[in-house]
Amino acid sequence: MSVDLVNQIITGLLTGLVYSLLALGLSVIFGVVRVVNFAHGEMTALAMYGAWALSTYLDLDPLVGMPVVVVVMFAAGYLLQRGLVDSFVGKPEHMQFILMVSLAIIMVNSSLLGFGPDAHGIQVSYGFDTYEVGPLLIDKVRLLAAGASLAISLMLMAFFRLTLMGKAIRACADNLVGAKVIGLDVKRLYAVTFGIGTACVGAAGALLSMLIDVMPPTGPELTLLAFIIVIVGGLGSMTGALLGGMLIGVSEVLAGYFLMPSMKSMFSFAILILVLVLRPQGLLGAKR
Amino acid sequence: MNALSPMLSPPILSIEAVVKNFRGLRAVDGVSFTVAKGEIVALIGPNGAGKTTVFNMIAGVFAPNDGDILLEGQSLVGLRPDQVCRAGVGRTFQLVKPFGNLSVEENVVVGALRWAADVAEAKRLAREVLEMLGLADKRRLPARSLTLPDRKCLEVARALATRPKLLLLDEVMAGLRPAETDRMVETFQRLNRETGLTIVLIEHVMRAVMALSHRVVVINSGKPVCEGIPAEVVRDPRVLDCYLGEEAV
Amino acid sequence: MKQRLALLALVAAFALAPLAAGPYLLSVLMLVLTMAYLGQAWNIMMGFAGQLSLGHSLYGGLGAYVAAALFVQFGIPGALGLVAAIAVAVAAGAVIGALGFRFGVKGVYFALLTIAFAEFTRVLFEHIPGLGGPGGLFLPVASRAGVDLLYLRGHPLMFYYLILAMTVGIFLLCRRLLESRLGFYWLAVREDQEAAAALGINVFRAKMWAVMLSAGLTAAGGVFFAFYYNTLFPTQAFGMDRSISIILAPIVGGLGTLFGPILGALILTPLGETITWGTEALGFNAAGLKQLFYGLALLGIVKFLPDGVWPWLRRRLGWDGDEDGSA
Repeated sequence: MSVDLVNQIITGLLTGLVYSLLALGLSVIFGVVRVVNFAHGEMTALAMYGAWALSTYLDLDPLVGMPVVVVVMFAAGYLLQRGLVDSFVGKPEHMQFILMVSLAIIMVNSSLLGFGPDAHGIQVSYGFDTYEVGPLLIDKVRLLAAGASLAISLMLMAFFRLTLMGKAIRACADNLVGAKVIGLDVKRLYAVTFGIGTACVGAAGALLSMLIDVMPPTGPELTLLAFIIVIVGGLGSMTGALLGGMLIGVSEVLAGYFLMPSMKSMFSFAILILVLVLRPQGLLGAKR
Repeated sequence: MNALSPMLSPPILSIEAVVKNFRGLRAVDGVSFTVAKGEIVALIGPNGAGKTTVFNMIAGVFAPNDGDILLEGQSLVGLRPDQVCRAGVGRTFQLVKPFGNLSVEENVVVGALRWAADVAEAKRLAREVLEMLGLADKRRLPARSLTLPDRKCLEVARALATRPKLLLLDEVMAGLRPAETDRMVETFQRLNRETGLTIVLIEHVMRAVMALSHRVVVINSGKPVCEGIPAEVVRDPRVLDCYLGEEAV
Repeated sequence: MKQRLALLALVAAFALAPLAAGPYLLSVLMLVLTMAYLGQAWNIMMGFAGQLSLGHSLYGGLGAYVAAALFVQFGIPGALGLVAAIAVAVAAGAVIGALGFRFGVKGVYFALLTIAFAEFTRVLFEHIPGLGGPGGLFLPVASRAGVDLLYLRGHPLMFYYLILAMTVGIFLLCRRLLESRLGFYWLAVREDQEAAAALGINVFRAKMWAVMLSAGLTAAGGVFFAFYYNTLFPTQAFGMDRSISIILAPIVGGLGTLFGPILGALILTPLGETITWGTEALGFNAAGLKQLFYGLALLGIVKFLPDGVWPWLRRRLGWDGDEDGSA
């Protein structure tokens, strides 16, 4: 195996970890609220624009600006669930789809109005720094983004395992009636969950803004990407999302390496189709 | 009512030592019984005895792990639910499953299409069945607007419309008032008498079991306990034991 | 009866419209009819049989590309290409249906499967040689006069009456289907698969008929698209946006009803045009503003009329229990 290929795989793994965080947000929302967020990528694109604006106008490094983006996105998600999405919980899937699609249309076109059709990218001062490990070259930006993603993902898992609120949210997901019987405020917990999901989106968006440029079509592409990862890993499985992200990250670079970069999404969709048909619960998902 | 005469005719249904495991749990463990043509047999037992599992195996929802199920000598094992229906077995669901957004009449038409040559003929039969079960005046209503007793009735109407040789009734009397139970019992008796319809029913309402069934099969914890005519079975100490035993837990 | 009269009046209005309407209004009306037609085709699968397809652009795109490629590469007339187009789309529908229904891919997972196939095909078609790639496939236009239904070339009015005939045709077909054995099977499957199977319905087969029929009819719409607009791009023909625009009319109009897709198209297309006109009249022409308002309007409709406009209108008019009684 050539050194170049190994380098590519490492790049894929690191990018994939950021994808994982993005997918985690989608998985959490679907796993608990049972609403499929078809505006997930569009939300991510908004977070990327946010990180770009903080970096451009306030000179904030995306890693520093990230907490700001996360807080804003949490609040936005919380309010969105309370004000709009909540009345669609338990409705047929096509209704939720139309709801989310109209939100996505609004978001894409707002960003088009606000930022124009051009690509926006952030160039940090350490953008071209690399670490040399033997013959391997690892981008500093990518390593930082991946490390931050992994740290946040682990914190999120700890939150759901260890804290009372995390356990309460899991209770809603496992047994809604039971959760209501023991007096949990389900509507509030749903809003918190949606907020956590969009906070993941915020964090992933801020980190992605260091790796890729954002423009209006980025949103829909990221929505599909997040879906592929979540389904491949297993909807509702957090480790599945982590694994799925890395898998898709690697498959993208391999498709680019062996075929054509423009065919990478085709490769991902082929994986998705295979998983849906052969193992619909995903690689790590529990049997439905 | 002569309980013995139907026994002389050949069995329409024979359950032969069926076994069903769910993830290591043995839900049904060697249950056997036969049902003669024209007979009404009640399958009773405490909650969790495996009654509905037996029904689901007959209806093709899942196949038994062991044993055989024969309808007029032909094995039903391995057939899909729709094939079992077309072989002549109609069923109702314990938790009723009306086609909520269709009208009462349309619900029954779907059943009648099992054998009807066209939709018009299916509609004619649906009308007849609805008259017989007293739902005719509600035929234009959407099924979701019906009360629970009416939904149970619709469940029966739909199954009857498929013109089954054998009808499986899963707790259709539960939740009915005594007067409604009596009406339902009377309907089944008439069907049985006039068309020779064979019925196997799962029932907790003893009033209905006693009035309707020619013979009772008792199972508990997936195993057969005993069988016989209703008046004898209810006095059988083994039967009392399995019900009281359950209460003592 | 009232519905029949309303329908006849509608068809007459559409048929006579070219007498009064200018080219702009005609192009809007064609858009209405195309949306209504494609929406009705999708409605068969989702509204009748209850199977959610969010990748319906796949069938339209396949139809468009197959017929267009046969014409461009081999000079095969559009009307013959139509047959091949439908065959390919039906086969694609059969593959997706067989995979999805056999392996128990249900609900939102099935919807994602349909999206995955559409997106896969989109990228695939960007890489198939001879189809123009991302740069697009263009159909030569010799003349925009006359009527050549074999080659599907001719005056815009020919296309207008063609799509009108297709829309009326699919409406009548769907009405017949709903009164047929298959129609009852679909509705039963949509409402409760387990109960449907217990009544002797082969659920798999019923669903396969729905997806294949819907795919074939959608492909015919795609062929129309290709020969009317004469340009095809994979990103548009197979794109998510196309899939969304296909499903909007029946959902806004009323899912599973016969009038829903027409009514939805009659609401949505003029709405889009009005927004364009309004924003321009007010002096705004920023890119994205039109779609932004469109998104807001859509949001309003799903929020306040979740069952669609037709069931609501039918209640207001007191036409409940007339034909088209299905929910």
